[in-house]
Amino acid sequence: MPVQPIKFYQSGSFVVGNRLLDPDQRSVQADPNRTNSLNSGHRACQGCGEALGARYALDAAMRATNNQLIAVNATGCLEVFSTPYPETSWQIPWLHSLFGNAPAVSTGVAAALKAKGRTDVRVVGQGGDGGTVDIGFACLSGMFERNDDVLYICYDNEAYMNTGVQRSGSTPPAATTMTTQAVGPEPGNRFGQGKNVPLIAMAHEIPYVATATVADLRDLEYKVRRAMEFRGARYLHVFVPCPLGWGTASCDTIRIARLAVHTGLFPVFEAEHGEVVDVTRIPRQVPVAEYLRPQRRYRHLFGASPRPDVVARIQQIADRNIRRFGLLAAEPAPTAQEAP
Amino acid sequence: MVLRQIEGSRGVAEAVARCRPEVICAYPISPQTHIVEALSAQVKSGALAPCEFVTVESEFAAMSVAIGASATGARAYTATASQGLLYMVEAIYNASGLGLPIVMTVANRAIGAPINIWNDHSDSMSQRDSGWVQLYAETNQEAVDLHVQAFRLAEEVSLPVMVCMDGFVLTHAVERIDVPEQEQVDAFLPAYQPRQLLDPAEPVSIGAMVGPEAFTEVRYLAHARQMQALELIPRVAADFERVFGRSSGGLVRPYRTQDAETVVVALGSVLGTLKDTVDELRDQGHRIGVLGIISFRPFPLADVRAAVGQAARVVVLERALAVGIGGIVTSNVRMALSGNGTRDYTVIAGLGGRAITRASLREMLLAAEADRLEPLTFLDLNRPLVERELARAGERRMSGPAAENMLRDAGPATPWIG
Repeated sequence: MPVQPIKFYQSGSFVVGNRLLDPDQRSVQADPNRTNSLNSGHRACQGCGEALGARYALDAAMRATNNQLIAVNATGCLEVFSTPYPETSWQIPWLHSLFGNAPAVSTGVAAALKAKGRTDVRVVGQGGDGGTVDIGFACLSGMFERNDDVLYICYDNEAYMNTGVQRSGSTPPAATTMTTQAVGPEPGNRFGQGKNVPLIAMAHEIPYVATATVADLRDLEYKVRRAMEFRGARYLHVFVPCPLGWGTASCDTIRIARLAVHTGLFPVFEAEHGEVVDVTRIPRQVPVAEYLRPQRRYRHLFGASPRPDVVARIQQIADRNIRRFGLLAAEPAPTAQEAP
Repeated sequence: MVLRQIEGSRGVAEAVARCRPEVICAYPISPQTHIVEALSAQVKSGALAPCEFVTVESEFAAMSVAIGASATGARAYTATASQGLLYMVEAIYNASGLGLPIVMTVANRAIGAPINIWNDHSDSMSQRDSGWVQLYAETNQEAVDLHVQAFRLAEEVSLPVMVCMDGFVLTHAVERIDVPEQEQVDAFLPAYQPRQLLDPAEPVSIGAMVGPEAFTEVRYLAHARQMQALELIPRVAADFERVFGRSSGGLVRPYRTQDAETVVVALGSVLGTLKDTVDELRDQGHRIGVLGIISFRPFPLADVRAAVGQAARVVVLERALAVGIGGIVTSNVRMALSGNGTRDYTVIAGLGGRAITRASLREMLLAAEADRLEPLTFLDLNRPLVERELARAGERRMSGPAAENMLRDAGPATPWIG
C-alpha cells in the first residue's frame, strides 16, 4: 500500500481527519493553497464522480509538477460542464479540441514543449470512457505505442452520459442505458462485450498504468503523483460513478465506488512497464448484489421478476477479478508471470 | 540563387525545413510521402533542430498533434492527400475554428471509391469551406515558394494554410528548382509569435463551448480573417519577390487575358499545358487567355472579375466534380462575374489522373469559342463505356459492381494516365 493507511475514522462515515496526519501525509485537497485547477462554480450534476476525480487528479498533478501543467480535454461532460462560454472553471492552461483526439493533441503539446526545451512543463490528457475507450482509442494506442510524455486520465462512468446515457465499450453487462434498454429476454447490456483498457494499456508496456476510484481519493492522488515520476506514456483509469446515468443517489457516489472495489468488479492496481506491481486488497468480499441493487440501471435484475441468474453471472465476473488480480487480503499478490 | 534539378517533394521538404518548423507530424499516404520522408531525415540527422518528428497512427492524429503543438506555440507542419485529408476532416475544421496557423501540404489526389491514387483536386476542393486558406501551385518552384509564404501568411492572420500541389504531376516531377536559402527565409519569415498560447505562467482556456449568443460572431471573425488574408496575400507575395528576387504566389495570375474574348480559368499544374495551348491558338489569331487562380480560399472575386470581366465567355477547367450539379470553381467564378453577362462553361477534366492533352484542350477551346460547348462538358469522356454500363444497369437489378464492370469493358491498360 503506497499510501499510509488511515485507521482513525472519526465516525460511522468514512470521513478521515486530515488534521491528525503529518502534513506530508495530508491530501492535496487539505492544503488551503491548493490550485483548484477545476474551480468551483462549474455545472456538473450533484454528486458527479467525474468532477470529483478530475479535481483531485489535476490538483495532485499540479503539485507534482510545481504548477507547470497543461491539460488537454476530450469532448464530454467534463469539457461541457467546465466551460460554458464565457465561463471557465479551469485555473490551468486548458485545451479542448475534439471528442476523439485528446491523446494526439496531448502528444502535440508534449512535442512542442520538447522542441522548446520546456521539459519542466508536463501534459495531462483527459476524457470520459467514450472519448477514451471508443472514439479516442486509436489516438490513445498511438500515444502509448510512441511512449509520448503524456499522462492520460480516463474518467470512467461506463456510458455516454453527456449525450444522455448511451452504451459505450465500457458499459458493464446487464446495465441499462438508452441503447441497451431493459427489454427482451436479455435485458440491458450484453455479456461478453466491452474492453479493459488498463490491461490493453499494459500490453503496450508503457511505464505506468494504474486504476483508481473516487472512493479512495488519497490513493488517486498518490497514483497521479507516482505517474508524474515517470517520463513517457502513462495511463490512469479512474472509476467515477454517475448519479444521473446510473440512477444512484447523489450522496452515494463514494459508497457505490467503494462497493465496486469491494465486490471485486473494479480491481484497483498499479502496473509498471507491463507488470502489476501492487493491488488494493479487499478486506471482505461483498456480494455483487449489494453493489447492483442501489443502481437504477440494474433495477430489472431485482424488482417484481428478479433475475438471480444474471446477478450470478455478474458475481462470476467479480470472482474472476478477485482470482486474477489476487484481490482478497489473504491471497498472495500475483507474481510477474501470473500478472494478467 | 542555386538552381538544382530535384524532385518537387524534395524541394518542398527543403523549403519547409528552412521555415524552421518545431513539430512535424506525418502519416504515410501517396503521393505526399516523399515530402515527409525527406523531412524525417532532416530531423533525424539533426540538420533540422529543434524539431520533433512524430509518426502518428492516422491523419486524424496528424492534424490533432499539429493542433496541440500549435496551441503550445510551436510552428507545426504536416502533409497529406486524398483519403488522408478526408480522414482528418474533423480536425481540419477544428484547427481553423481555433485559429491555429498550421501549414499543410496537400498532394492533390482523387478520392475513392473507386480507389485511385492519381491526381485531381477532389480532395482539397472538398475542404473549400473548412476555413483554411487554400493556395494552389502551378509549378514546383511555386510549390516551394508558396510554403515559405504560407507560414508567414498563416501566422499573421492566425489561420491555417493548405498548399495544394498536384500529386505525381508536381510531387514526383524532377525539374529545376531554386530552393530558398536559409538566410533568405530567415529574413522573410519571423519567428512564430502566437496570438494564443497554452502557458502555465498565464493560464487560458482554449476550445470552450460557444452557444448561440456568440457563435455567429466567432464564425464571422473567421470570414473576416480570410478577408484580411485576401489583402495580405499580394503583400506577402510582393515581399517575397523583394527578398527572393522572383515572382511567386499572389491571388491570381492572368496570362494573355488582355483583349481576350475567351478566358480559361484553372488551378494548378494544368495551367502549363493550357498556356501552351493558348499560345498556339493566339498564334493562329484566336483571342484567348488564361487565368490561373492561386488563392482559391479566400476567393479573389475582384481580381477574377478584373481579369475575366471584359471577355465574352469564360471556360472553367475543373479537376474535381460537384456530383449532381457540375462545377465547383465555376460557381465561384460565376459569383465574381455576377451581372456581367459573361457566358460560362464548365469543363471537368483530368479526374483520377486522366491526362489533359493539348489536343483535347485545343478542340474544346475551339468549340467554346464557337459557343458549341455543352454548359457542362466532361473532357475526353468515353461515352460508350458509360452507355454500356447504364444499359446493363437498366437491364437487370443485379448488374454488379459498376466500376469493375466498366474496367472489364475498357479492357487492358490504357494510355490515359497523365
